[in-house]
Amino acid sequence: MGSNMAEQHPVGFQWVLEAKERGAKFIHVDPRFTRTSAMADLHVPIRAGTDIAFLGGIVNYILEHDAWFEDYVRHYTNAPVIIKREFHDTEDQGSYADVPPDLRPAGLFSGWNPDDLAYNVDTWGYAGTSVELGAGKSEQQADVSGEQAHGAHGMELEHGEPPELDNTMRDHHCVLQLVRRHFARYTPEVVAGICGCSPDHLIAVAQALCENSGRERTSAIAYSVGWTHHTISVQNIRAASIVQLLLGNIGRPGGGLLALRGHANIQGSTDIPTLYNILPGYIPMPHPVSHPTLDHFVELNGPSTGAWGNLKSYMVSLMKAWWGEAATPENDFCFDHLPCINGDHSHYAMMMRALDGGLKGMFCVGQNPTVGSANTKLMRLALAKVDWLVIRDFQPTETATFWKDSPEHDSGEVRTEDIQTEVFFLPCAAHTEKDGCFTNTQRLLQWHEQACEPKDDCRSDLHWVYYLGKAIREKLRGSEDPADRAILELTWDYPVKGAHREPDAEAVLREINGTGPDGNLLASYEELKDDGSTTCGSWIHCGIYGDGVNKPARKRPRSEQNWIAQEWGWSWPKDVRILYNRASADPAGRPWSERKRYVWWDPDQGQWASLGDSPDFPGDKSPDFVPDSDAKALEAISGDKPFILHPDGRAWMYAPSGIVDGPLPTHYEPQESPFKNVLYRQQKNPTRQLFSRPENPYNPSGSDPGADVFPFVLSTYRLTEHHTAGGMSRSVPYLAELAPEMFCEVSPALAQERGLTHGDWATIVTARAAIEARVLVTQRIKPLTVHGRTTHLVGVPFHWGGVGIVTGDSGNELLSVALDNNAHIAEYKVATCDIRPGRRPRGRGRLELVEEYRRRAGIAS
Amino acid sequence: MAVPQRLPPVVRQLASDRLGLARAAQTKRSRQLKARIVDADRVVQSICPYCAVGCGQRVYVKDERVIQIEGDPDSPVSRGRLCPKGAASEALVNSPKRESRVKYRRAGSSDWEYISLEQATDMIAERFIKSRRESWEQEDDEGHPLHRTLGIHFLGGATLDSEENYLIKKFFCAAGALSIENQARI
Repeated sequence: MGSNMAEQHPVGFQWVLEAKERGAKFIHVDPRFTRTSAMADLHVPIRAGTDIAFLGGIVNYILEHDAWFEDYVRHYTNAPVIIKREFHDTEDQGSYADVPPDLRPAGLFSGWNPDDLAYNVDTWGYAGTSVELGAGKSEQQADVSGEQAHGAHGMELEHGEPPELDNTMRDHHCVLQLVRRHFARYTPEVVAGICGCSPDHLIAVAQALCENSGRERTSAIAYSVGWTHHTISVQNIRAASIVQLLLGNIGRPGGGLLALRGHANIQGSTDIPTLYNILPGYIPMPHPVSHPTLDHFVELNGPSTGAWGNLKSYMVSLMKAWWGEAATPENDFCFDHLPCINGDHSHYAMMMRALDGGLKGMFCVGQNPTVGSANTKLMRLALAKVDWLVIRDFQPTETATFWKDSPEHDSGEVRTEDIQTEVFFLPCAAHTEKDGCFTNTQRLLQWHEQACEPKDDCRSDLHWVYYLGKAIREKLRGSEDPADRAILELTWDYPVKGAHREPDAEAVLREINGTGPDGNLLASYEELKDDGSTTCGSWIHCGIYGDGVNKPARKRPRSEQNWIAQEWGWSWPKDVRILYNRASADPAGRPWSERKRYVWWDPDQGQWASLGDSPDFPGDKSPDFVPDSDAKALEAISGDKPFILHPDGRAWMYAPSGIVDGPLPTHYEPQESPFKNVLYRQQKNPTRQLFSRPENPYNPSGSDPGADVFPFVLSTYRLTEHHTAGGMSRSVPYLAELAPEMFCEVSPALAQERGLTHGDWATIVTARAAIEARVLVTQRIKPLTVHGRTTHLVGVPFHWGGVGIVTGDSGNELLSVALDNNAHIAEYKVATCDIRPGRRPRGRGRLELVEEYRRRAGIAS
Repeated sequence: MAVPQRLPPVVRQLASDRLGLARAAQTKRSRQLKARIVDADRVVQSICPYCAVGCGQRVYVKDERVIQIEGDPDSPVSRGRLCPKGAASEALVNSPKRESRVKYRRAGSSDWEYISLEQATDMIAERFIKSRRESWEQEDDEGHPLHRTLGIHFLGGATLDSEENYLIKKFFCAAGALSIENQARI
């Protein structure tokens, strides 16, 4: 669901086809019929943005038909946990007094504060925990979210056990019953009405999943940005995780909830983050209230039970890696050197800041926001207000040339000479011109070896940041300013090699791995200490260079090992290939079935055995291990609880902490939808993040006046032949030839309704922009019947822009910035639009067309 | 069985190539053709730079230039296969559009100019320091520490190596330039 694997991950898709050849059933649920659907046993088209309704329908089916895996659910999930009795679900009336009476429930959880547009999460915790601790004891500030939100890494639990459990799972307030009631109205008929599919389709998918799950069998669900690009993105994935937990499909071979990620190292750049809100290994960035001491930070961010119970060791080892000798117990290991976040400082928030004149400098390194970000006009207007801009890429991108060539130049809205931004273009090295690791979508780090030197001024990003850092340190040398100490005391001396004096990537990898007191390379994060005697740049990567071996560079041929292929690359943590694989054995440590044997307890050896994977569990902890009442960290997790990152060792169907928009997924309509929410009075995700300003107008939606001006659903997507914003594909002759021109996909019915001709041009309009595209009339796009009304989809790839061998209008011109507030990710996958035949107007006419639409829709200019 | 090439084609086909798809169908020129990788000076193992499947690549180098990139049959991930993008990655590396020189656009200017890499590094370092000073926030309204600048924004990372991301995160954090972002959120 939410993935077009055959076209976006074609080589990964070979494994789906091979499974199908061996008898697996393959189902594709997606708004469009794609090459993925063509290979599926069943394709179910649903309206874009209704995945939670569909998945909620599956949860409902599983529970109504008693098809859930009871032993797995009871022992490995929080289904038996009693939640605070003050908690009110979306199904309960009266939690939002301001909404007028209506037959539908309000659709809000307890704690909603309409003034802050945020939840007070005091009532969401496990029963028997204090308000502060039970909700997750972190900052609890409305100004942060994601990993910074209330206890993203879990709440404090004494002894690592939920205070109140009902192992019969019949208590009115236990999680299983809450889940049952929450999804009780997600019946096949209701879901079909929302999604535009038939009730039989939903039942067929649910039945197939149930029949293929249990002791003997497992099912996997794969998703991609089709789930994450929504104002309900995190909850889409949470909904699928409830399905997989009920069916016992997590931590077992052939199971899982598999994210198919889109860039060579997008997983790696999340694990070792170029992200504002986390440090390497998902450690939260400090917040002002975390101060003044490291201990206070640790207490606020790490539950004392589970793997996060050793947060202080991870954090101290990181700071020792960064500040070396300067980091001492007396100065809290330079904790004060770290900057603090106290709000959303993510990409879109920063671009709004730029628009307001608050951003001075910007770096774009292998990223092209004037094509790749939502509302690309807003991006260009923001860049024009930045003092200086640095672009590192293969060739100048649309972002690098925004000052001389843009739709706003064409319409006369901007003039080159008025744009005061200084722009530096620095050519990059290709992957063949440098050593380093990419982390693939299954957390597998694979080394790529340098084949030759980059020419002229082309350099790796390692080279660039290392020498930029050296230049800045040199200029600051001798500075007395306390703000400069963190830069000057940084460990910033790496061995160099080659004609360009390239920093040695292996030396950096060794720093990431970490060392012990005698300088030896560590083998596991369990060896990290909080006294400053160990260093480690990223705790989850500890062991990646264990025994002095560059493990991502291991390339033993597949023909010489079994299917787990553990001597090819390395995956975090501890080279575990299937996360939480303790769950592949039953509570007593025996395989759930011989057919699904993977990791099991060997009583003779007194350790966990496996088919060839590393157990994701302390190797010698027996299944009947019961922790001491005062145990901490991993020692506090009992021998039959596989989910060691959680303070209770259980997987969470119900998330008592860490999510800003509710402990359970709920169907809300997208920011822009032609339909009203039939399940709740709350139309859209109440915590979604909007930027209401003239540069970012939203189309009217649902039953709002003017919504009919934009009657069609718009969805953006990628093609096999191009890559994201085009910087690595529109410049490649073969790829440019394969997919030369921007187009849109419409159904024959919509083509007839709007007079669109196959192969001819169409203009697509939203409140943000008007773009043109060639028309592809295809039966792959099916009109759907939603609440008795026909709805049409306009499909738009987003790869094109004004630079490259092939050029065209960019799909992301059309989108608004409307974000999920957990992840600050934009709703690329669904908006509303109009479509009309012919090319868009040139010059000022283009702007006038958009303004005419805004007037008709009642949007103030 | 070696059949002399001077015999008529039909004889050659009947003698050693019943389907006529192999040597019997070859001309003298096609017999002399050889794969471009035969002349490679060396081959190194790499990983495809496009999506996150992580297909194995073999990169063939001749005269310090990449001449071909093929799928790595040893990879348990990809088993030697590449998609259209991965198969075209030699043309990414050797793209006619690729720019190898530093370019600089002055404020208000309508054109690029060329400057040296060293000069660009120096100019960027100066601007970084100046912008950081001008937008430095030492503490919030209540006296809590902030130690940061929100005047500098970094975007990128999903196409970079983990080692590169690590050094970027390390340096920018130490400089207080915490607004580092990448495609994971986009």
